Amino acid sequence: MRALDLDYMLGLVPVILGYVPLTLLMAAAGMVCALILASLLAVERVAKVPVLDWFVVLFISFFRGTPLLVQLFLFYYGLPQALSFLTKIDGVTATIMGLTLHFAAYMAESIRAAIAGVDRSQWEAAQSIGMTQGQMMLRIILPQAARIAAPTLVNYFIDMVKGTSLAFTLGVTEMMGAAQKEAAGSFLYFEAYLVVAMVYWVIVEALSQGQKRLETYLNKAFVR
Amino acid sequence: MIDISGLTKHFGGTPVLDGIDLQIADGERVVVIGPSGTGKSTLLRCLNFLDVPQAGQITIGDVTVDAAKARKSDILALRRRTAMVFQNYALFANKTAKQNIMEALVTVHKRPVEEAEKRAMAVLAETGLADKGDSFPSALSGGQQQRVGIGRAMALEAELMLFDEPTSALDPEWVGEVLDLMRAVAERKQTMLIVTHEMQFAREIADRVIFMDGGKIVESGSPSEIFGAPKDARLQKFLKRVGE
Repeated sequence: MRALDLDYMLGLVPVILGYVPLTLLMAAAGMVCALILASLLAVERVAKVPVLDWFVVLFISFFRGTPLLVQLFLFYYGLPQALSFLTKIDGVTATIMGLTLHFAAYMAESIRAAIAGVDRSQWEAAQSIGMTQGQMMLRIILPQAARIAAPTLVNYFIDMVKGTSLAFTLGVTEMMGAAQKEAAGSFLYFEAYLVVAMVYWVIVEALSQGQKRLETYLNKAFVR
Repeated sequence: MIDISGLTKHFGGTPVLDGIDLQIADGERVVVIGPSGTGKSTLLRCLNFLDVPQAGQITIGDVTVDAAKARKSDILALRRRTAMVFQNYALFANKTAKQNIMEALVTVHKRPVEEAEKRAMAVLAETGLADKGDSFPSALSGGQQQRVGIGRAMALEAELMLFDEPTSALDPEWVGEVLDLMRAVAERKQTMLIVTHEMQFAREIADRVIFMDGGKIVESGSPSEIFGAPKDARLQKFLKRVGE
């Protein structure tokens, strides 16, 4: 048993904080791409386009059914061997791609359920004024589904922020990678990983505060 | 001019509309009455394809659609010539009263936003809700919501306005204000097809009353003919039951 080296930890904080923008960049880019992909997948699941529906079900099944780490290795180390044009992909891009595909599969199911939760009368009113399917989805159904799905989607985003730490396994120096390098020099592994854990914790707590504001905003049309 | 011929709809094997023939002149106000489950609402919902009819022909203004081979574009064309008022209001829950009225004008009919907004404000004033433009539906009473629903339909200046039991879901205290607004709409010679259980209102507003039973139009005539001298036994029985 030894005392924590607090001075070392305090000195490490700014170093780790320097990598926060990269973590947030990967998570935000992954979230935006995953939301778009998940919305498309969800709309397809509701519309059930023949043949395409089969592929979407397969896609969701695969990316929910295998670990994120395995998927990242498959794309980053595996695919370039099979498809030579993929060799130039860097670790950050591969992480964003992996997060996108993995979380889109989960979010598609949440959004599909939320779309199904929008009252039937909203669909009929939109149809009755002569809206096209696309106009109805974009202007009436998805905005209302967003409110239903928001709490779940923010949870996935929090998972995604933490999931960016796996980029370390693809050789990306992000928060986890930086801590690893520092610890390898100082041998103070506990201190280094504790600092990383604390920084993640603070980021996630800040996001949880944002979640409350988002839900208040999305609920503004529904409070009496 | 509205011309409906041979309109047929069955759910599973049960016929709900059994070859409906109906012509409505421009500016005519037609009220449909009859027992529950006799296809009154289905008739309205088949005209804008919220329910899909299996056979028959529908002409609204310059659009004629053969139900058996209706394409997407035909259905949109019919919907853009009609405006529907729903029993449960069906206001867009994510939009304010004003946005509800503007939505079809801007998104579907591609009018400039400023023009649509002006129109929406004018319609809100006519419905007596000039101060509620920025309210969301959840903050409005049932009567206010239905007045916005009627306003949303009015703003379209559609060739045919469809009213599907517009007062049936309302608390009794709100029925009067909604009927008053419908009277105001009727006074402008708007072509209206109304399904309602408000017999007094039908008597007062209708140019023609249609009695439906078993998916068919059983009797049709002026309010004084239908209410004063009903011929068919089923109509006589129905009127007795509703206390007319």
